[in-house]
Amino acid sequence: MPDEQFPAENSPARRIVEHRPIAFVADRQIPPSPPPAATTGVVGWLRQNLFSSWLNGLLTLVAGYVVFRLLAVVVPWLFLNSTWEASSLSECRALDTGACLAVINERFGQFIYGFYPSELRWRPNLAFVLLLVALAPVLFDRVPRKLLWFSIVYPFIAYVLLWGGFGLRPVGSEQFGGFLLTMIIGVTGIAGSLPIGILLALGRQSDMPFIKAMCVGFIEFIRGVPLITLLFVASTLLNYFLPPGTNFDIIMRVLIMVTLFASAYMAEVIRGGLAALPKGQYEAADALGFDYWKSMRLVILPQALKISIPGIVNTFIGLFKDTTLVAIIGLLDPLGITNPIRADTNWNGIVWELYGFVALFFFICCFSMSRYSMYLERKLQTGHR
Amino acid sequence: MRSHHLMLGTAALALAAFTTAVSPSEAQASETLDAVKAKGHLQCGVSTGLAGFSFTGADGDWDGFDVALCRAMAAGIFGDPKAVKFTPTTGKTRFTALASGEVDVLARNTTWTMSRDADLKFEFTGVNYYDGQGFMVPKSLGVTSAHELDGATVCIQTGTTTELNLADFFRANNMSYEPVPIETNAEAQQKYLANACDAYTTDASGLAATRATFENPKDHVILPEIISKEPLGPLVRHGDPEWGDIARWTLNALLIAEEKGITQANVQDMAQTSEDPEVRRLLGAEGEYGKMLGLDNDWAIKAISAGGNYGELFAHYLGTETDIGLERGLNALWNQGGIQYAPPYR
Repeated sequence: MPDEQFPAENSPARRIVEHRPIAFVADRQIPPSPPPAATTGVVGWLRQNLFSSWLNGLLTLVAGYVVFRLLAVVVPWLFLNSTWEASSLSECRALDTGACLAVINERFGQFIYGFYPSELRWRPNLAFVLLLVALAPVLFDRVPRKLLWFSIVYPFIAYVLLWGGFGLRPVGSEQFGGFLLTMIIGVTGIAGSLPIGILLALGRQSDMPFIKAMCVGFIEFIRGVPLITLLFVASTLLNYFLPPGTNFDIIMRVLIMVTLFASAYMAEVIRGGLAALPKGQYEAADALGFDYWKSMRLVILPQALKISIPGIVNTFIGLFKDTTLVAIIGLLDPLGITNPIRADTNWNGIVWELYGFVALFFFICCFSMSRYSMYLERKLQTGHR
Repeated sequence: MRSHHLMLGTAALALAAFTTAVSPSEAQASETLDAVKAKGHLQCGVSTGLAGFSFTGADGDWDGFDVALCRAMAAGIFGDPKAVKFTPTTGKTRFTALASGEVDVLARNTTWTMSRDADLKFEFTGVNYYDGQGFMVPKSLGVTSAHELDGATVCIQTGTTTELNLADFFRANNMSYEPVPIETNAEAQQKYLANACDAYTTDASGLAATRATFENPKDHVILPEIISKEPLGPLVRHGDPEWGDIARWTLNALLIAEEKGITQANVQDMAQTSEDPEVRRLLGAEGEYGKMLGLDNDWAIKAISAGGNYGELFAHYLGTETDIGLERGLNALWNQGGIQYAPPYR
């Protein structure tokens, strides 16, 4: 007996089936069903990033707890209960507040300018704005190239603005302090150490024995001596070696020492970049008929410097933070200037607010530098790795 | 690294000693005074920050007990207490700064010792604060004398003379103690407040300044025993005694002024009206005493006008009315139970 479901070949039922579209082949796309709830949206993100395994889940919980405890203390202390208006720490305590930010408020000028005469503070301000203008063409290639000329003359403008001369009232180095001092030392050290470092690195690879010996000797000597020793030499020993009566500005001495120090480290960073280039690049430059400087400028250094960017910025950041060491030779950088502020009986005993403020400043500066270096690396990414 | 500094410092000092030794500069008038007058300001080395003695005020200028001495000197020379520039010096840089001529006078809480005088070739020109090492304990400890501290744990800054003084004191009194070594005063405050030690010891002025920063200063007592001598005073370089005279007599003038009741407020009147012969000599109404120092005859009026006499300065920066709250103690005048004693002005 023929099966009900599969009619005989010539049965009328069979014919009907043949003329109808085949039922078990889909004639349209099945609409995509949503992914499992556990892998999408907030839950999915949480599972993927925070709770992907029981260990990660545990770490997330612990970290979350720590962050919560920290914020529970810091937020009320710093934002909700802090006071900006008080004239002494005891007044703050009487108000029973959180952070006594009044000290930052009152001493802001000292933090920024040190003892720079208040009626002349437009000069460092202007120098700072001009610094940004001078930096722009160096940092970003969309800025008109002609501005580079301004960058080249900027150091002289800044010197006159800060120290006076050419009709501006002279300001002595002992009046410099605070972030102004950090910026002067940091920016000069950074701007000076890169070119000197490049020259030293090239000199170290040179075939000329005299130049090579000079560069190796310089680099190894500077790297073998702590920065603080160089600063002591700058602040004390030089006084004896120079003829009596020479007044060699203390900030200038420190600037020279810091720049030389950073240059030696920079040279080694760049030498690493040079060494990383395949020999073929040098040969290719020679094959093009370039002389030494052209081959360096057009072929070798652009590649070597690109490789060295993380190391270079690392040195910059290290140098910027090392500027606080000048406090030891009695220059009042932001960290140094907290001392005489805390010695004022009004503010004696205040610690967190002052150091926190200084830390914030350094974090902003160093973090921007590190972000810029990442931007630069992405921009110079040529793809062949 | 530390030994590097020491070596460098020693080399520098040796060099300084050598140069001073081979070139004794002797002239009738003070070379330093001429140089100071030529540049138009006094260069004064101060501490980078010590409560009451040297700090920056809200106006962004240096202030303090040591600073005031420099201002008085500048006022005596130029008639202007603002004609002074300050070089903040650390414990490591202070002596080279003075020896190399970077500063003209150092007023930086420096203990007058024999070796600093003779070996480092400096001239201490008086004592503006007689300090000494003391102890601070919490009131709850119930201790009233340092002799009751047997077996105590003591917070002590390492590598200082206070460390040696402490050992001497306990050995001499047949007591034992357990040192808690610390690096800085700020660290000491925290350790002490966290009860890491029963007692904290350093210079008494430092103890008072530290205690003033506590939330509840009344809960802590400074014990009466002072176990060392720390005469702190201004100093100048060897080789220019005339300049040392100016520094010395500026301090003396402030002391005499207190003794004679000359204050910042009444100094002008006293110069006109006083009958006391020493006051008349000091304030230039009689004789040519200022000229002997190479200064104007009314130099003392200007010096006293700068910040007041010694007692006024003490009261303003350190005294019981301030947060630091130091008693005059040894620093009272000789006729009021202290040992501040200025030679006669004649």
